[in-house]
Amino acid sequence: MSEGLSVIGKRLPKVDSLGKTTGRTRYAEDLVLPGMLFGRLLRSPHPHARVLGIDTSRARSMPGVHAVLTGPDLPVKYGILPSSQDETALAEDKVRYVGEPVAAVAADDEETAERALAAIEVRYEPLPAIMSIEDALRRRDALIHEQPDGSNVHKLVNLEFGDVDAGFAQADHVREDVFFYEGSNHVAMEQHAVLASADEGGKVTVWASTQVPLYLHMALVKVLGLPKERVRVIAPPVGGGFGGKSDVFSHEIVAAKLSLVARRPVKIACSREEVFYLHRGRHPVLMKVRTGFTQDGRITAMDFRSILDGGAYGSYGVASTYYTGALQPSTYRIPAYRFQGARVFTNKPPCGPKRGHGTPQPRFALEVHLDRAAEDLGLDPVEIRLRNLVRPFSMTVNHLRVTSCGLKECMDAVLEASRFREKHGHLPRGKGIGFAVSAYLSGAALPIWWNEDPHSEVEVRIEPTGHVVVSSLASDIGQGSTSMLAFVVAEVLGLDPAEIELVTADTERTPIDLGSYSSRVTFMAGNAAVSAATKARQVVLEAAARRLRVPAERLVAKGRRIRDTSARGEGLSWEEAVAEAGREGPIVAMGSYKPPKLAAPYKGSGVGPSPAFSYSACVIEASCDTDTGVLTPDRIWLAHDIGRAINVRAVEGQVEGSIVMGLGEALLEAQDFRGGLLKSPSILEQRVPTILEIPEIHTFLIETVDPEGPFGAKEVGQGPLLPVAPALANALYDAVGVRMDEVPLTPDKILRALEEQARGIKSPRVGPRGFPLVPMTKEPIKVAPPDMDAPVLGRMG
Amino acid sequence: MKPGAMECTENRSVDAVRLLLRVNGEDRHIIVPASRTLLEVLREDLDLTGTKHGCELGECGACTVLVDDDPFLSCITLAADVEGRAITTIEGLVRPDGQPHPLQAAFADLGGAQCGYCTPGMVMSSLALLKGNASPSDSEIRMGLSGNVCRCGCYPKIVQAVRDAAAVMMAERNRSVRPGKVQPMATTRKKRSPRRR
Repeated sequence: MSEGLSVIGKRLPKVDSLGKTTGRTRYAEDLVLPGMLFGRLLRSPHPHARVLGIDTSRARSMPGVHAVLTGPDLPVKYGILPSSQDETALAEDKVRYVGEPVAAVAADDEETAERALAAIEVRYEPLPAIMSIEDALRRRDALIHEQPDGSNVHKLVNLEFGDVDAGFAQADHVREDVFFYEGSNHVAMEQHAVLASADEGGKVTVWASTQVPLYLHMALVKVLGLPKERVRVIAPPVGGGFGGKSDVFSHEIVAAKLSLVARRPVKIACSREEVFYLHRGRHPVLMKVRTGFTQDGRITAMDFRSILDGGAYGSYGVASTYYTGALQPSTYRIPAYRFQGARVFTNKPPCGPKRGHGTPQPRFALEVHLDRAAEDLGLDPVEIRLRNLVRPFSMTVNHLRVTSCGLKECMDAVLEASRFREKHGHLPRGKGIGFAVSAYLSGAALPIWWNEDPHSEVEVRIEPTGHVVVSSLASDIGQGSTSMLAFVVAEVLGLDPAEIELVTADTERTPIDLGSYSSRVTFMAGNAAVSAATKARQVVLEAAARRLRVPAERLVAKGRRIRDTSARGEGLSWEEAVAEAGREGPIVAMGSYKPPKLAAPYKGSGVGPSPAFSYSACVIEASCDTDTGVLTPDRIWLAHDIGRAINVRAVEGQVEGSIVMGLGEALLEAQDFRGGLLKSPSILEQRVPTILEIPEIHTFLIETVDPEGPFGAKEVGQGPLLPVAPALANALYDAVGVRMDEVPLTPDKILRALEEQARGIKSPRVGPRGFPLVPMTKEPIKVAPPDMDAPVLGRMG
Repeated sequence: MKPGAMECTENRSVDAVRLLLRVNGEDRHIIVPASRTLLEVLREDLDLTGTKHGCELGECGACTVLVDDDPFLSCITLAADVEGRAITTIEGLVRPDGQPHPLQAAFADLGGAQCGYCTPGMVMSSLALLKGNASPSDSEIRMGLSGNVCRCGCYPKIVQAVRDAAAVMMAERNRSVRPGKVQPMATTRKKRSPRRR
């Protein structure tokens, strides 16, 4: 698919990979400044308690202690969403989860800082703790936030698209299932770290392991009360994010404040245990899905309900809640759709976005539910999906604009390679094969903070020597955004990506980018880079045209030369052409990207729309040992509609990485609490997959060349995770005939279902037994569906 | 720094020990608290920040270094316990001419590193494996790297990188042998003979 392209679509190494393999790359925690102090946070041992008083006098008088902070030093509330400004850097009156920071110190070394923390006396009055969805809905004796309605419900969503009751009335068959999806931490290998340095003029520079330098900058400006220019945020290469570094964290604000107070640089490096408690991970979600079908398997209506266990603070939770209902119609044509979502506060570490943000949970529910419905109707799992497949260049019932869509091609690829149809239902007991599909956004179409500015800007600067410098605020978290910028610019300018210099993720030196979240960087920063590089190239081509005395339209930049396409001549070398163009200094061009206006006119329509959706299809063949209950995936086939692969190897890496993380959630990882404490705040105990858990993986890239993506590219960082858990649950059913309606699919649960089966219980399953009543205080917002077949993208479709 | 010069960063009288560590072929003298781990000494006293810490509990493998030819988790190894032994970190693999070690090149070229944070540990564990088994099978590679967690999930690419690097290292070794001499296929160490399936 990449005819005529020199860089795009190849298997080139990433431009920053050798620094990583030789140990030269400096992550936030590797940075050291002269006179640097070490900061530590004192964290609450209680899940819910009133803070009656804090005595820091002993800590303050200890030698080697340079600053001590408590709640009143940082009273300004902040939060990642404008609607959830509910956190303070240090708790003032109340703590709401174990691990919530209450005080901080900066000292000469970490040992002294630890001793100072131990010398701080906090008097707590413990309060009843809410530790489950059910308790959050039922109990009135513990109110976590001062919610006006006196409940622990953080957010309610009630949306109805089309006539849902009429849709169910038309159905020949209605099926209802309840599901639960467990929470988990991102466990990026790099623990969160920050280094802050205030200069003599009161300006503070913060190096943080963050996916969102822009939002951290905004929060620092707000909480510290400094002018924008007095705060600079730099994100060095990040050692893994997966959503876990896309919030603003207490330690980041505290380090800046400690540095301002102590007038020395301050570093705070979180321990692994602290990372588990600062969390912002996958929401545990309870779900109920009810769908009406015609006899031949067509969906007539769907009612989807979710309750998210949000933990103690808002974080991204409002968006997460909407996301549990937003993308169901992106893969299947649902003519009428109701979504009721609720997020409750509990006294647990706050949840937030993790790879797939709010969509892996409903995707698991939907894909298992469809398999069960297919069985009810006597259809095979592929057929029921084919009968409801979303069409390319169409609108969904909830007003999502679908453009390029290779879902059918993805299905064909994995079904054929795995010989699914031959195997499904025909493998011996203990062996099974399962199937699932999914979709994900290539960047949210709306910004977090409402504004009309571009979502991404990229500057391309060509020095008179021919050297090219690309600047962008996008932070590379391992997904390869820096390399992506180099590849895209190198392709446009006809250069080698290795010779492009990148300046990234520095709020003072690089133009705006909203951050490395929602799979937006390749699509948005990539488009901005194409635009900037194209403008810069035009300047060079026009200068070359003058020199060569040919029209600029006939010239191309390729192989480090500017050549005339219709003549034999040698043209000019890149350096000659640039020297011709850049006589008066460097050539500087700015490109920007802003998504088309895609939000429909209803409240909540901002979550879900994207300029393009990626699609995935997955088949898993698995073995289940009926004596031990151990489920082992043997082979995985995953096809992903990438639009176009900017770099084939990097895209494969994202697909494989998503599969690995998806398998962790499907099979292994769980967040268990005892009291308010995590039972497993460590890598081994969360059971993060190692190389031994990984089966044979077959990856297929489907290129649909999206009309709006850079070179046709779409996202890959998150989407391929989504179908893994449901495909595995469906494979388990095919293997042994028991249904697992919750993840992780651990041996104890599988054995429990197998015992039910042995006792002759009909439809053996493990999963939630019911779905609590959520008091919907508001009437649903009724939204008329769009004309789903009206041409999308006008003439392009 | 001149050999033998003092690199004293902490001058605590409590249980301070004077150590001579041999790191990447250089003698380094340090005075540190006896409780100081090898990881802390490498990162904080010797500024060798290529070695990463992902847990400080011995769980993730990011801090793996070689002590003699064996992989050690430097976060749960006291510096005092490895005095006098040859310590190799990720920085020590780069060839004197500045060229990366074949493992470093293969990990970089074949997508064995995404965020790169587990990579130094992965590379060191891979080197330890290849020192004991010059041409491991895929399952031997997986066993050899089972103590290193990569959350980016580069595992398939890492297996490929180790396989490729093993071939390059084998070819290098064969080139350096005088003609006429038979080069053994695998240099096996006494204790750990490679298992074949």
